[in-house]
Amino acid sequence: MIETLVLEQVLAEALRNGGDFAEVFAEDKSNSSAMLDDGRVEELASGRDRGAGIRVVSGETTGFAHTADLTVEGLLRAAEAASAVARSGGGGTRTVAIGSLQGSTTSPRGDRPERRTGSKADALELLQRADEAARASGAGISQVQAGFGSSTRRVLIANSDGLLAGDEQARTRFSVSCVALGDTGMQTGYETAARTLGFELFDDVSVEELARTAAHQALAKLSARPAPSGELPVVLAGGSGGILFHEACGHGLEADHIVKNASVYTGKVGQQVASPLVTLIDDGTVGSEWGTFAVDDEGRPAQRNVLIEDGVLTDYLWDYLRARKEGRVSSGNGRRQSYRDLPMVRMTNTFLLPGDADADEIVAQTPRGVYVAKLGGGQVNTTTGDFVFGTTMAYLIEDGVITEPLRDANLIGNGPEILKRIDAVATDFSMTPGTCGKDGQSVPVGCGQATMRLTGVTIGGTAE
Amino acid sequence: MTQDQGGTGELLALAERVVGWARTGEAVEVYVARGTETEVRAYEGEVESLTSATSAGIGIRVVVDHRLGFAWAGSLDESVLAETLAEARDNAAFATADEHVRLAEPDGVAAVPVDLWDDRLAGIPTTKKIELALALEAQARGADPRIRQVDAAEYGDVASESALVSTTGIRSSSRKTSGYLSVGVIAGEGDASQTGGGFSVGRGFDGLDPDRAIDDAVTRAVRLLGATKGPSSRSTVVFDRRMATALLSIVSSALSGEAVAKGRSFFAGRLGEEVGHPGLTLVDDPTDPRAYGAAAYDAEGLACRRNALIEGGVLRGFLYDTVSGSRAGTVSTGSAVRGGYAGTPGPGCRALTLAPGPEGYDEDGVLAAVGEGLFVQSMTGVHSGVNPISGDFSVGAEGLMIRDGKLAEPVREITVASTLQRMLLSLVAVGADVEWLPGIAAGQTLAIGDMQISGA
Repeated sequence: MIETLVLEQVLAEALRNGGDFAEVFAEDKSNSSAMLDDGRVEELASGRDRGAGIRVVSGETTGFAHTADLTVEGLLRAAEAASAVARSGGGGTRTVAIGSLQGSTTSPRGDRPERRTGSKADALELLQRADEAARASGAGISQVQAGFGSSTRRVLIANSDGLLAGDEQARTRFSVSCVALGDTGMQTGYETAARTLGFELFDDVSVEELARTAAHQALAKLSARPAPSGELPVVLAGGSGGILFHEACGHGLEADHIVKNASVYTGKVGQQVASPLVTLIDDGTVGSEWGTFAVDDEGRPAQRNVLIEDGVLTDYLWDYLRARKEGRVSSGNGRRQSYRDLPMVRMTNTFLLPGDADADEIVAQTPRGVYVAKLGGGQVNTTTGDFVFGTTMAYLIEDGVITEPLRDANLIGNGPEILKRIDAVATDFSMTPGTCGKDGQSVPVGCGQATMRLTGVTIGGTAE
Repeated sequence: MTQDQGGTGELLALAERVVGWARTGEAVEVYVARGTETEVRAYEGEVESLTSATSAGIGIRVVVDHRLGFAWAGSLDESVLAETLAEARDNAAFATADEHVRLAEPDGVAAVPVDLWDDRLAGIPTTKKIELALALEAQARGADPRIRQVDAAEYGDVASESALVSTTGIRSSSRKTSGYLSVGVIAGEGDASQTGGGFSVGRGFDGLDPDRAIDDAVTRAVRLLGATKGPSSRSTVVFDRRMATALLSIVSSALSGEAVAKGRSFFAGRLGEEVGHPGLTLVDDPTDPRAYGAAAYDAEGLACRRNALIEGGVLRGFLYDTVSGSRAGTVSTGSAVRGGYAGTPGPGCRALTLAPGPEGYDEDGVLAAVGEGLFVQSMTGVHSGVNPISGDFSVGAEGLMIRDGKLAEPVREITVASTLQRMLLSLVAVGADVEWLPGIAAGQTLAIGDMQISGA
């Protein structure tokens, strides 16, 4: 994308007024998407976004500028703008030799196979098949929307420590949302598959299966009764329940919140913060999961980080800036939405290791409670630890048996309290993709867990 | 259809040039935009980060034989223009032919000029912006002895210009500046911490009010100290102005003519019916210059206009862009919105307001009228617990109990639930305290009855 000599020149310009660290992050991303809605292929869209973000760190201050102009002149102008914060600094000429740092890699593909690209016609065929499968799931299905999206993102990172790194990230997603119409009004169902892969995603994923799952959710909820209100035991099915950990503690373990004393987990390393059944991992290297990459957006290789081991807090998640403050290295969690954004500490694939209980047994041993088959999203206040997560498919458990479907509701809890209420974890582990939003930036993440039980959670339904 | 101002002339010329490349039988619409922004974050007496950036991009829609294709690029470089048009053209070939798919055509409605540009912003040196951010942070830290941390203090401004030209006769341009201050504080007492945020927004640098942002943030954090999980009950809930803006924004998605046409709105098929309390009148009026979302032209280049949606509780209309209007057998209401050059237009609200309640109905007035209930100052999980199709509504909430018409003890970790349908019918009071907050709806204190509160 940019020649080494130019990168060196730009980094030198960025540090001309002084400063401790300078970085060039260049990105070239192309997207294509197709949407089938109301029985019609309504929109095919293609987008191309290319540019560079340059940051200069001087003491506690970061200067940042970005540009879509990747010519030498454009990059030098951005470097000058970013360096404005270091005006008061030492200055002087500094030579930067990138690629000198150990661990630098310019061959991002490594051992990964070439990603396959599907044609527009291939994508449309998948959308049609999903639409047909959803509509064939029941006469109650009144509306279907199917979406296909793929992106290729090439990144190049060079910094004044001599690092040069690159990655090429291909991502593909497919989603189906259905509306079912009945005497009780309308209900919705949604299912998605998303991986850090090209078109080969569809070697493993059946779009018909996704469509039927979404349709059945919507249909089942037509006869749903209002969710209960108040506290009940909750069994979370394997997969999307991982969002619980993402919200209940994942965000609170991000070092940017920790260093600002804006997390309930500040100062708790080495302490028991969860049930002994909880071993929580964040791992950007897992297969082709949605939150997987080779190097993060600061050029650091993705790695496996143990956050909680047998209930004891072992570490936080780090990016370059926060790690540097503590005199340690980044954990490979510096990510950004695009070259227009500063990197922050972000999760990758966050999951609870499976336990040894049997999923069916957990339900059978719950006299009364709520079984959550699928969760939507969630939100947390890291300072207080209070968080919510929403159900999109839930049932009542009565006498150890899953019975009636429930209408959608949020569940609310406090992270540190909820983590202690986990009393059973099964073996049926699975992951689900999601989009994590923080401070206006969205990045792809994975969440995972096996079926597990919480002894009590407040359920925000409308039934008295 | 022209509103030539300053640098938008250059963008119009660029858009016209690309439109000129349209082939016979093609309808082409070109949207070009560019902007500059500055953002300063302060933390513990220092500049934490200073961002300065310029960006530009193009979005092109091509319609051939009632098939639509779209492409965009985050650049206005000569090299990407033709490539983007070619890609949009190629995409069109794959879409389903649909008689309603077309580009907007001038409809004779004159645009109401709204001045959204503050010339002075360009002359403000970065040093002054930095000073303001640092002052905001320092002042917030000293605002109350219970403030433990100011975890976010930010100044930001944006100046953006855009132009829209099509082969169907559309030619419009607009420009807009905005500035904001935002601050987040953590208040503490003993082991307990609570957070609060506040902001001040304007058309530029001048007039931004740090005191107001800080006051709001500190009040919100401090009054929650000592909050416990409130009791479960069924009661009346008063939403403060900021929360009311969020509620109206949710309702707005059900008023989209596209959602209605596709059976994705609980308002579908209910035109002319009573959907709300007789005291509920809802209007979208982007021609009101005080509205944060005020605009002269919509995202298809038609004049924005006042649209009555609910009058006296009766559903009177929906919002349409050109395609959804055609689908519904009517015309655009000038309500197309788009998320920048990378998005295609669709119908949406810009400036919703409820007809205000009686004079004196400010927050205190509404609390006094309600007497007993729950006052909500923040909601979480709006994206995960509110469904504008089914109407199911369940959100996490923080606030204070209302006793004897006044704010009483703080509560947290509770949920508030109902359905959007029932909430519109259960309106108890609308404040006269209209405040134009950032977003697509005004803030007005709102009281809604018969909501389920789930807590301890």
